[in-house]
Amino acid sequence: MKLRNVAADFRIVSRTYFRNPVALFFSLIFPIILISLFGLIFSAAGSGSVTLIVVNDDHAPSGGYTPASVAFLSALNNTTVVSVQVVSVSPQNFSAYLGSNDDSTGLVIPSGFQNDLENRTPVVLTLYTDPEDASSAGIAEGAIQGVAAYFNLQAVCPHTTCPPVVGYTTRNVGSAVYKYIDYLIPGLIGFAILTSPMFSMVDIASSYRKDGIFRELSLTPLTRSEWLLSRILWYVALTLVTAGIMIGAGVVLFGAHVTLSLGLVPFLIIGPFFFVSLGMLAGSVAKTPESAALIGNIITFPMMFLSGTFFQVSSMPPGLQAFARILPLYYVIDGMNQVMLFSNTSRAITDLVVVLAGAVIVFLLAIRLFKWRDE
Amino acid sequence: MPAAIEVSGLVKRYGTLAAVDGIGFSVPPGTVFSFLGPNGAGKTTTTEILEGLRKRTAGEVAVLGLDPWTDGTELHRRIGVIPQDFRFFEKITPKEAIVYYRSLFGTSVDPMELLRRVALEDKAHSRFDTLSGGQKQKLGLALALTNDPEICFLDEPTTGLDPTARRAIWAVIRTLKREGRTVFLTTHYLEEAEMLSEHVAIIHRGKIIAAGSPAEIIREYGKPARMTVEGSPALAAYLQMNLGAAAVAEDGKVSVTLTDKGDALKVLTAIQASGLPWSSFATAQDTLEDVFVRLVGQMDEGALKSGGPP
Repeated sequence: MKLRNVAADFRIVSRTYFRNPVALFFSLIFPIILISLFGLIFSAAGSGSVTLIVVNDDHAPSGGYTPASVAFLSALNNTTVVSVQVVSVSPQNFSAYLGSNDDSTGLVIPSGFQNDLENRTPVVLTLYTDPEDASSAGIAEGAIQGVAAYFNLQAVCPHTTCPPVVGYTTRNVGSAVYKYIDYLIPGLIGFAILTSPMFSMVDIASSYRKDGIFRELSLTPLTRSEWLLSRILWYVALTLVTAGIMIGAGVVLFGAHVTLSLGLVPFLIIGPFFFVSLGMLAGSVAKTPESAALIGNIITFPMMFLSGTFFQVSSMPPGLQAFARILPLYYVIDGMNQVMLFSNTSRAITDLVVVLAGAVIVFLLAIRLFKWRDE
Repeated sequence: MPAAIEVSGLVKRYGTLAAVDGIGFSVPPGTVFSFLGPNGAGKTTTTEILEGLRKRTAGEVAVLGLDPWTDGTELHRRIGVIPQDFRFFEKITPKEAIVYYRSLFGTSVDPMELLRRVALEDKAHSRFDTLSGGQKQKLGLALALTNDPEICFLDEPTTGLDPTARRAIWAVIRTLKREGRTVFLTTHYLEEAEMLSEHVAIIHRGKIIAAGSPAEIIREYGKPARMTVEGSPALAAYLQMNLGAAAVAEDGKVSVTLTDKGDALKVLTAIQASGLPWSSFATAQDTLEDVFVRLVGQMDEGALKSGGPP
């Protein structure tokens, strides 16, 4: 293994890349488009009214909700500034629920609401707001204040001197939970780590063989490992840039929260190492460029969607979750989530070890099966 | 001096088909050797075995004293190969390509100087995918020379090129020889082989059917030289009788076979002495191409008659 050879080949790869507008588009512009597209689809704030997610815990003994709680919610809805949407989630899990669904405002009506109203016992509603989304918080709070005052005055207290019965406290959403965009960034970095090397290496492996370029290289002192290593280094460099662009776009355009730690770097190195080798392996076992593309797609597509790229693995059905755990990209993305969101170092290290072991095996297999001269 | 290339009993089998079937030849250093044969005869297979790109089934092969398959790495430092239809990275320029090869081989060749040698310096900064067929082939040649090789393998280097580009490649081949390099050439153009090489081997169906210098091959397998004059059958009969030479009259022409270089003079003297009318004489001799076509044709006919594969 000579570093001079790797460096010489690296220059060739990078020049080839920079002179290819399509390749440049896919590595530098496409990430921004992806982030924007998915960011917009999933964080689209309803224009006009604020969606208020409500847990109504005041159940009537006969089933359904108590008339007072229903009246309260319908009064809220009638303000037209909020649009009430009742969900059945336990109040304990509500904050997490709001965070994982990227909803910024929620309200809990406690059990015994109607009773308390009738007995004039103070009852406290809980309003969840996201300090990042101050305008929604303000609108929701205003609506609730108004409706609570109306209930205090009209529905319950015939006299103006009654102490208020319906009150509310506010709690923050998002302090300990994460928004969709936060998961989306590691997911899409994983997407880039997978697709960029896989598609191009599968193509290179078969077309260079067809064009006799491997034959050409086999007549030089360049070895197959040096050749593969220079490709890996190139995709590592590309991945670092792509990841930077995605993180930047996510933070600037959608206010994503990510922890930028050095722990991310090993994944941005080992990830491309794995998938460059895997692409080379797939391209080597195929006999024709067509079958190479097919093998590449069969490997790539399930991983592209089921490894936590666009959707969180934990939100998938149990069968698919089990399937996701045999996909190498799952460990790359999970590891980046652990580093960037949860600061869970030990789990990140476990993920890294899995990816590294896989990468070494695939690299050695690729070197063994990738021949550039014929028997 | 040991041979640059020494081959004996070389066999390459694909399944039951023998693409190369027990051939042997030797190339002295500093000479141009042409390897001829129709398509599918086993030329490229043999060449690739010599270059260390293909494993042989049996036989002995020594290139610069090395076994090309097991000592490929060492061999590749000392040989240069220009394949048929040379392809390279599309977005890379000839100069960058040479700088790349220079780093890989660890040599200190000047890229522009090398491009000048193959007459490609005006395209030094053009990307490979914009080059013409001849220019691509010239880059292949330049790259093969980056490591100052002792043997150059050129596999049909002029196929598909226009006459000017072909002459440019010939000039480079002559220079290579002048510089003392051994050249192993495969070609379809027989006049190219006849003009450039000291030694020729003709391969057909995996076997060598003729070998030697072009002149030797023509002498051995070609028809004898002939003298043709315009004249009557009476003249033919006169020559037959007086010289004992094989003379044939056809379409107002008389053709006499020459067996010795002095024959031409004797025939002319006899014609003059006959007093019969005659005019415009010419002599003709087979070219390597005539021999090639006849040898390959004869083998194919024989194969057809004996019921072998066409």
